[in-house]
Amino acid sequence: MNSADVQTWIKDAEKAFSQATDLESLKTARLAHLGDKAPISLASRSLGSLAADEKASSGKVIGEGKAAIAAALQKATDKLEGERDAKVLLEEVVDITLPVKRSHRGGLHPITIIKNEISDFFIEQGYAVEEGPELESGWLNFDALNIPPDHPARTMQDTFYIEPVESGMVLRTQTSPVQIRSMLEHEPPIYMICPGRTFRADELDATHSPVFHQVEGLVVDKGITMAHLKGTLDNFAQAMFGPDVTTRLRPSFFPFTEPSAEVDIFFNGRWIEWGGCGMVNPKVLTTCGIDTDVYSGFAFGMGLERTLMVRHNITDMHDIVEGDLRFTRQFGVGL
Amino acid sequence: MRAPLSWLKEFVEIPNSISADQISDALIRVGFEVEEIIQEGAGLTGPLKFGKVLTIEEITEFKKPIRYVGLDCGEIETRYVICGATNFEVGDIIVAALPGAVLPGDFHIAARDTYGKTSNGMICSSRELGIGEDHSGIMVFAEGDVEIGSDAIAALEINDVIFDIAVNPDRGYALSIRGIAREIAGSLSLKFTDPVDALRGLQFTETGKGVVAKIADKETASVFYLRTISNFDPAAKVPIWMRRRIEKMGMRSISLVVDITNYVMLELGQPLHAFDKSKISGGLTIKRAGKAQKFITLDGQERNLDPDDLMVCDDKQPLALAGTMGGLSSEITDTTTDIALEAVRFDPVCVARNSRRHKLSSEASRRLERSVDPSLAEFASARFVQLITAHSSAKHVATVVDGEPRFSPVIDLDPTYIPRLLGFDIAWPEIARNLRIIGCDVDDKTFQVDPPTWRADLLTQSDLAEEVARMIGYEKIPSILPPRPKHASLTPTQKRRRAIANMLASRGLAEVQSFPFTNQETIDQMGFVGERAATYRIANPMSEENPLMRVHLVPGLIEVAARNISRGAKDFAIFEMGSIFRSAQKLIPAVSPGLLKRPDAKIIKEIYQSVPPQAFHVAGLLVGKAENEDWQGKARSYTWQDAIAFAEEILDLCNLKYSVKRSDFAPWHPGRCAELIVDGRAVAHAGEVHPRILAKYGLPERSAAFAVGLSALPDSDLVKPIRVGTMPAAVQDVALIIDSSVSAQDVETALRAGAGELLESISLFDRYDKLGDGKISLAFTLTFRAEDRTLTGAEVSEMRSAAVISAEKATGAVLRTA
Repeated sequence: MNSADVQTWIKDAEKAFSQATDLESLKTARLAHLGDKAPISLASRSLGSLAADEKASSGKVIGEGKAAIAAALQKATDKLEGERDAKVLLEEVVDITLPVKRSHRGGLHPITIIKNEISDFFIEQGYAVEEGPELESGWLNFDALNIPPDHPARTMQDTFYIEPVESGMVLRTQTSPVQIRSMLEHEPPIYMICPGRTFRADELDATHSPVFHQVEGLVVDKGITMAHLKGTLDNFAQAMFGPDVTTRLRPSFFPFTEPSAEVDIFFNGRWIEWGGCGMVNPKVLTTCGIDTDVYSGFAFGMGLERTLMVRHNITDMHDIVEGDLRFTRQFGVGL
Repeated sequence: MRAPLSWLKEFVEIPNSISADQISDALIRVGFEVEEIIQEGAGLTGPLKFGKVLTIEEITEFKKPIRYVGLDCGEIETRYVICGATNFEVGDIIVAALPGAVLPGDFHIAARDTYGKTSNGMICSSRELGIGEDHSGIMVFAEGDVEIGSDAIAALEINDVIFDIAVNPDRGYALSIRGIAREIAGSLSLKFTDPVDALRGLQFTETGKGVVAKIADKETASVFYLRTISNFDPAAKVPIWMRRRIEKMGMRSISLVVDITNYVMLELGQPLHAFDKSKISGGLTIKRAGKAQKFITLDGQERNLDPDDLMVCDDKQPLALAGTMGGLSSEITDTTTDIALEAVRFDPVCVARNSRRHKLSSEASRRLERSVDPSLAEFASARFVQLITAHSSAKHVATVVDGEPRFSPVIDLDPTYIPRLLGFDIAWPEIARNLRIIGCDVDDKTFQVDPPTWRADLLTQSDLAEEVARMIGYEKIPSILPPRPKHASLTPTQKRRRAIANMLASRGLAEVQSFPFTNQETIDQMGFVGERAATYRIANPMSEENPLMRVHLVPGLIEVAARNISRGAKDFAIFEMGSIFRSAQKLIPAVSPGLLKRPDAKIIKEIYQSVPPQAFHVAGLLVGKAENEDWQGKARSYTWQDAIAFAEEILDLCNLKYSVKRSDFAPWHPGRCAELIVDGRAVAHAGEVHPRILAKYGLPERSAAFAVGLSALPDSDLVKPIRVGTMPAAVQDVALIIDSSVSAQDVETALRAGAGELLESISLFDRYDKLGDGKISLAFTLTFRAEDRTLTGAEVSEMRSAAVISAEKATGAVLRTA
């Protein structure tokens, strides 16, 4: 035996393996070229009869030959197995465009989504998110906000009263009583927003609802100025309506702020009223026991429905309040 | 408030180079929202002439009356036109559009043949000219009013710009041309002439005794001017310019006396009231109605007076609802010759109450309840005398005054206050200059500011800050973020609510927000009783349909579900989070402390406690199928189990330990309702909705609901996790036979108790209910694990036996043998 024989065996094996068309014929070829009766196996077995020095050199040649044949077998096996798998899996193909079993599409109400978004924005700025009762004391909802008993907002045309009327209990007309509660409960500095549900005796139509939502913000600290109010609103408007939005403050009147302003946004090519704001009226701070010589503050408020309607071009309030799933589901869990 | 440019120009020098849009922007800048800019006469071109009616030929053969009218339009020949209106006579003067004229709406006038005649023009109504809504007839003037043949466009001041302005309630002074003109002048730095200046020092000769004026209570009115006029000729005509201005303000011309009262009110802002002096017995006194009585106002309505109503009374009876509306009995008529003209600075609150009690908002009350310049009672009544004596034969008899005007006090202004509040530097001279623009007297040495008489709203430094900011322009205020406070985050409660909402939303439930109103019928239908049915009633609900506050979230969900079903939805799941309003607490009379200082701690506590607790809940409703039904055949329906699973998952999400008990609780199916208990307190209910309710609202059978009282949940403890065991687990199965009345949970609890501390988990893997005899079989898998070793077979079977014995003792279970 010489190494030329071994090379021949290797070549024969490689040829036989590559000619095998399926795993069955490969098995036959394996037996012929690597089985007990294969030339290389016989040669391997005859090694024992050789002299020691020849044994070593022939053993090495045969060993390498066996390894080469085994490698060729592996290669052929991989190829044929791959072909078999591809064929079988191809038979298992399905139409993956068929509708799949799934549960219903859920989603958060868009008011919740925008409330969360606003809360996250202000929390990131270091503001607390505060809440208060919807059925509220008239003193907290009106008097403490410098809205005197004869103010038109306090009539039954505007405000829902709870029986007995002498209790002064109202369905809060604004989230401002939460501001009063905050000032009564905490010493300044106060940085807070209060999103929540509010009520006014308006008929439900395309732009009004007797039940709606507001978010108000309040800051009371040393050295707070109207410039801070403007900076905060600019920042907030951009978070809500995108970086291109511009704001405008217009002088206005609210009993609880002085100076007061309406805040407009320039959005989609026109000025739109967004909310009200101003420097907290010193009378309100005084009622809450805050020293107006030391502290000043600003406050702002806007409707969540309005913000949502402007941003998403929603034209009818009914869609927001009726709970039709076809409307709500469009929003998913975020915007 | 309307303001015609032609009238404004009388008091402020507006150059023609300034456009209407610029004026509008200037008003917006200083806080006056311009709701509309009305271009009067836009699209109107002449010739438009005054013509005198010379002849009228009635043409009768048509369905409607047609006139063939001969007109003198200052031309050589009589002009003939066809006209369909009949409200004029020979001798009247009308406005004729001649051929070549174009009326608003691109309506070209030409000579044309119609009704068998040639019409050489058109006789116009105010609507056709675009200057009014009155189309009941054509505009009619009398000889002497206007010049025949003259240009009607100029004489009627048809080409004008009218600003319709929203005036904030603190700026009553701006409900006048005087006030608006001053704001435009201030905003655009133009020269302003105060019409009141010309009235100062105006004296009228006393020729007799005037009607006596008296204010019974000086709190209700500060000053009362009563001017007595005689010798008025009721046939006196309203000058055309006055009539046109009144019309441009959106009011109707009525008679010279009434028109002048309105004109002066519109010009200066002070409402006036003219009484027929012959109907007054004795003098006039401002006082409360005092007793319940009936009173007929000018609009012909009989009103029941409240004893608190403020009235202007003669010696016998009330003659006017003060500041709101005059009475019918002393109205100016076409025979009135003697007049008593009232100008009063009423207390705004008194007028507001009058107006509110009688649901009567008039031009007068709108101004008076917003506070009128106290000095105007004198000047506006003088202006009336000036106008009535100039335009009629009327003579001033006497003026009687009671009381005197009260003005706002002087304000001490810290010159650093305004820049500090606004957040940018403003030098004192600039502050003083702007305060002077709005009419303040400013002392540069003492920094004292005396607000003008018409600004009752200026009382504090912050009021002045707004004025200075307004005049400088809010756009000049820089935009700066405030100093950043310390860390903030959502509260644990807020985080919990958000996690629950997100979990439900991602599990296929859509959130809804229903109105928190309900009614007794719904409460009864749901089966709520006792304290779960008691709620608060709204005194003035939107509709009598839903006058109560909701006591539970599920009824609202059922309504929303029914609405969705009516719109074609079939299978869905919804949830809501919100407050409910069970009236656990009786409401007490309002606690209303004063506002000049912080109320005492005790009072604050009382106010807080007067507000009843409002529990916060989450509830869900599972309707129909849990999945979409499709080509794969039947879909799984929601059942009571899904509802319980959601309730459990909510508590799991909050990391709370709970037990589950069967319950009979509205609005659930009495046999298919679970109660989830945390710390011994039922915090949640879940299961199938009562079949009667489902049927009533047309919801699919077996629809299920859950409700969790979130505000009743304890706070979650900080998690202190145990180490995860890595030793192998030993698994043992146990099958028990029990009475079907025993709950699976009781069996599990007993097994758990008996199995000992090494029991890692337990789960029910089989339930067999075909044993008969009221028995069922429950099979559990028990998994044991020790932290430090592999458990031996002996140990495991001992623990298993202990578990079984415990279950036998507690529930009467019997080990099921193969």
